[in-house]
Amino acid sequence: MTQGYTFLEDRVISDLAFEATGDTPAELFQAAGLALFEGMADTGRLQPRVRKEIRLRHAQIDQLLHDWLSELIYLKDAAGLLFGEFSVQLNQNTEWNLVATVKGEPIDPKRHALRADAKGVTYHQFEVVQTETGGWKARVVVDI
Amino acid sequence: MQVNKITDYLWEIPPTEKEGMRVPARIYASEKLLKEMDDGVFEQITNVACLPGIQKYALCMPDGHWGYGFPIGGVAAFSLQDGVISPGGIGFDINCGMRLIRTDLTKADVQPRLKDLLNVLFNKVPAGVGAKGFVKIERKEMAEVMTRGVNWCIKKGYGWAQDRDRIEGDGCLPGGDPSHVSQHAVERGVGQLGTLGSGNHYLEIQVASNENIYDEKLARALGIFGQDQVVVMVHCGSRGFGHQIATDYLRVFDSAMKKYGITVRDRQLACVPFRSPEGQAYYSAMACAANMAFANRQVITHRIREAFSQVFNEDAERLGLETIYDVAHNVAKIETYEMDGKPTELLVHRKGSTRSFGPGRTEIPTLYRDWGQPVIVGGSMETGSYLCIGTQKAETETFGSTMHGSGRTMSRHAAKRMVRGTDLQRRMEEHGILVKAVSMSGLAEEAGAAYKNISEVVDTMDAVGVSKKIVQLKPIGNIKG
Repeated sequence: MTQGYTFLEDRVISDLAFEATGDTPAELFQAAGLALFEGMADTGRLQPRVRKEIRLRHAQIDQLLHDWLSELIYLKDAAGLLFGEFSVQLNQNTEWNLVATVKGEPIDPKRHALRADAKGVTYHQFEVVQTETGGWKARVVVDI
Repeated sequence: MQVNKITDYLWEIPPTEKEGMRVPARIYASEKLLKEMDDGVFEQITNVACLPGIQKYALCMPDGHWGYGFPIGGVAAFSLQDGVISPGGIGFDINCGMRLIRTDLTKADVQPRLKDLLNVLFNKVPAGVGAKGFVKIERKEMAEVMTRGVNWCIKKGYGWAQDRDRIEGDGCLPGGDPSHVSQHAVERGVGQLGTLGSGNHYLEIQVASNENIYDEKLARALGIFGQDQVVVMVHCGSRGFGHQIATDYLRVFDSAMKKYGITVRDRQLACVPFRSPEGQAYYSAMACAANMAFANRQVITHRIREAFSQVFNEDAERLGLETIYDVAHNVAKIETYEMDGKPTELLVHRKGSTRSFGPGRTEIPTLYRDWGQPVIVGGSMETGSYLCIGTQKAETETFGSTMHGSGRTMSRHAAKRMVRGTDLQRRMEEHGILVKAVSMSGLAEEAGAAYKNISEVVDTMDAVGVSKKIVQLKPIGNIKG
């Protein structure tokens, strides 16, 4: 199972749904981050001009993914940034620890082919699972 | 699922249909609208009927469609003593709502300058992903927006004193306490006053023609004279500020439910007792977001007045740009209803539903109290919108609630498969509607065919007697995120 994402067309009437995958949890988180921003803009047009570091932790990996995507949405509004590059490190001790570097640039409607604004990550059909082959898969529905 | 016909426009799912239902679920719809409703509506409204402290019925309006937790169009009233509060019954976009502004201009006055007007409005009212507004405030001042809503705007010169008298609840929901709002929420919202957002949010130039007026006396009382009069409709909410508050408290509620022994059928229906510390904190934060949304639509009104003034080279006052009304359609409010013969305070959740009080309710501004609460119903950008009025029947039947819009029937992907944004823009222009959009894919997602027939939705509640039609408004210009 390689890192990637698929938009789940027609899964939800008024919003955005995607499935993200990765060989490792870190890859899964990277893929989900990219899917989130691909829903908002053409990430292929983003330059890695600004870099932000994110640190999060949670006992449950699904809530950590929820927090991760929510933090990215927060940065989109608070810092006015769109991200196209995600480098995630995840370790599990007593709880999951995430350290990530994300790169992108200030939102520019003229260059970024903007799509729909993400309001928040829902818990609707939200799940993170480890597959039989050892890979990781998540389903996410974003309110737009 | 067994759905019993009560009348031609009312359907009921009995509590025997799902384990845990405390009350029946009721759906207002014509037979055609009912058949078109997605399965999610039936599943979700019966889930709502299972929530602790729910009173009488879980209700769904005719524009109902699948949402998160509650369906869009969902209404439920809860006991303040043993009932719950749920962000899933309010939505991510707290106090998403509609504002309608009248003018003394006619289509003949505006049409020649419509393109200029849209260009100026497009610059003055930013829309789309991450848009920032022109209002620059310090975080400290944001606290005043959270607690005072439109009063802050009027103090700052972003509104007229009479605007306040034409907004649901005078543009300020009491109980907002900034200490219950996260720093993340403040940082997301502090730069967004005066912005539209994206999705189905819009600013629209519309026309009120004589043939579309259903009640001339009420239309005049609300400032509509017909004769191709131009009005402006705004649909938006509390932007990232409200979205973050919803995100924050969903997380809090998700883990707090265990403590209160509450289980729900859908994680998105997370709820806690209204009287619990978590419930009170969320209500307070929700009020802050509601006040930010009232302020947002007020600042947008200020910019609309500036735009008209610039394009028509005349004061906004002289152009008659008065607010007709402003409604919240994603909110929870404490309201009094007669229950078992006694006036009882309830917490009414409306998620994609407009308050529809009849004449005499003290919550209605004095100006309109003899007639009822104006109900602004936003349609798709191709089909038009309605101004209606509330009735006393709404108070006995639907906890004073009616529809809020036309309601989606098609997914965003399906809409994009059906039409390209540029083609839709050209087609609308051929039909006399100019559109300016930040996102062409976003435009395609909002095509008229993706929505129910708004007239059928409005006619349903008119026939039931819960809200009465006053005027249909047809679009000639639209700005989208």
